[in-house]
Amino acid sequence: MHRSIEVRQAFGPVVEGEALVSEEGFSPRYDLDRWTGLITKPGHKLEGASIVGKVCFFPTAKGGIAAGWAFYDIKWKKIAPKAFVFGVTNPVMVQGAVFAGIPITAGWTPHPRGVVKTGDWVRVDPARKMIEVLRS
Amino acid sequence: MDLTAEERAILAGSRGEAARRALEYQIEVGRFWGAKRLVPVTNAHMMGDIEVMGDGGLEFLRKEAESGARCAIPATTNARCIDFAHCERLGQDAGEVAKERKLIQYLRRMDVVTTDTCINYQTVYQPHLGEHVAWGDTGTVIYANSVFGARSNFESGPAALAAAITGRTPEYGFHLDECRKGSFLVELKANLDDLADWGAVGKLVGEAHQDYFAVPVFHGYHRTPAADELKHLGAALASYGSMGMFHFMGVTPEAPDSIQAFQEKIVITEREIDAVYSRYSLGDGDARLVVFSGPQQSLFEMKQLASLFGGKKIREGSACFVTTNGAVLAQSRALGYAGTLEAAGVTILEGVCFYILQNLSPMREANHWTNMVSNSAKIVNIIGAHRFNTILRRTRDCVDIACTGQLR
Repeated sequence: MHRSIEVRQAFGPVVEGEALVSEEGFSPRYDLDRWTGLITKPGHKLEGASIVGKVCFFPTAKGGIAAGWAFYDIKWKKIAPKAFVFGVTNPVMVQGAVFAGIPITAGWTPHPRGVVKTGDWVRVDPARKMIEVLRS
Repeated sequence: MDLTAEERAILAGSRGEAARRALEYQIEVGRFWGAKRLVPVTNAHMMGDIEVMGDGGLEFLRKEAESGARCAIPATTNARCIDFAHCERLGQDAGEVAKERKLIQYLRRMDVVTTDTCINYQTVYQPHLGEHVAWGDTGTVIYANSVFGARSNFESGPAALAAAITGRTPEYGFHLDECRKGSFLVELKANLDDLADWGAVGKLVGEAHQDYFAVPVFHGYHRTPAADELKHLGAALASYGSMGMFHFMGVTPEAPDSIQAFQEKIVITEREIDAVYSRYSLGDGDARLVVFSGPQQSLFEMKQLASLFGGKKIREGSACFVTTNGAVLAQSRALGYAGTLEAAGVTILEGVCFYILQNLSPMREANHWTNMVSNSAKIVNIIGAHRFNTILRRTRDCVDIACTGQLR
């Protein structure tokens, strides 16, 4: 069965990668170890997971202005994810992702729950505003 | 996106490679948000220090400065991660300190005014009603939108720098009338006599509405709030709720004429405020670290702290930090506030925020700090990434805790 999610807003080139699906929001400042790419915030629902090379699904964006440099920083350190897929995002996440050249999307129909799970292989196509599950 | 002749010329290289790149970047961000055009801005305020940007960001700034990037409008810097007068004593990394010095040189070469303050709205520049600016951190943005009626989105470091170079920013979010309308009501029936109480209001409202585009409308308060009170309210709303704007009936310039049309209501009384304080506890740790920071202290906050700390001493084994900017510190010295605080054993840090101090986690470990007590709801929220347990207390209680080591 072909499974896909439409997104409302999107930036970046087409990328494919392994999905990391979170039920909790994300901030590269509050939740991420910016030297290993591991989510280290105690109690985060993905605590211990690595975002490196993943297509990361987060329902919301957390955090303030400092997050704007953080994506460029993790890209520089070669620990960036392939793409960020947000339910709801904020300007800082978008400014940060565009600055780092990391694809980012916001707004999803349907909700990824039931469509994509962690470990699935997905394609993010910002120009078509489409995310497809290629293998699960 | 509709571009002016000047913008098309910039894209063709009329103002150099750095301006061309900056504008291309802004257009991409604007497209994401559906911006129809760019809007001229008069002022930029950017976050840029080695702790937030790392080596990659430093290299980017070096190339920008060397390729001739220059600010087209007045641009200032937010609080940074190193106070050069204190870095050795704080055990900050010498290599990172050297990078921070370089970073400041690159910014100055681009004509950025390194004010190193997160209270630019109190001490540097106060935009007027309807004035478009490009500011960050979040506390500066919510104050600009709400109290001045100026117009800014949250602009991260790279975005604010791009705006400084091109003199414009994509027109979306709080630049547009439709995003500035109130979305729900908050009735303030509490006394709110301390700055921490205003932060507690921000926490209560922000946590319940985590949405950049939610705009609370406060009403029913029994007196006129002061600038420092609105500062703590805004900083906490932005921190807990990611909010960029609020209205305050009878106080802020774009508050609605009437509150009749609003459906959803929150009422905040003494009980809700008391409940905020009662949720914090020491856990297994102690109360040996008290911080007045995030945002930096205004002159009146310095005056109040001096009056509360006068004749007292920080308890042996405890530490108390106050952060402010260079201008406020200079006046605080002239007026004797700084001397009073230092005589009590308070460490005053200039041009920094405690939250982004370089090497903060190792500093916490070296000092065996587990808890951080503060009167700022914002810093209590954000410093958890450095694995502090945090406790919000009223200003007078914070001073008492610093001097006794006993949590009240």
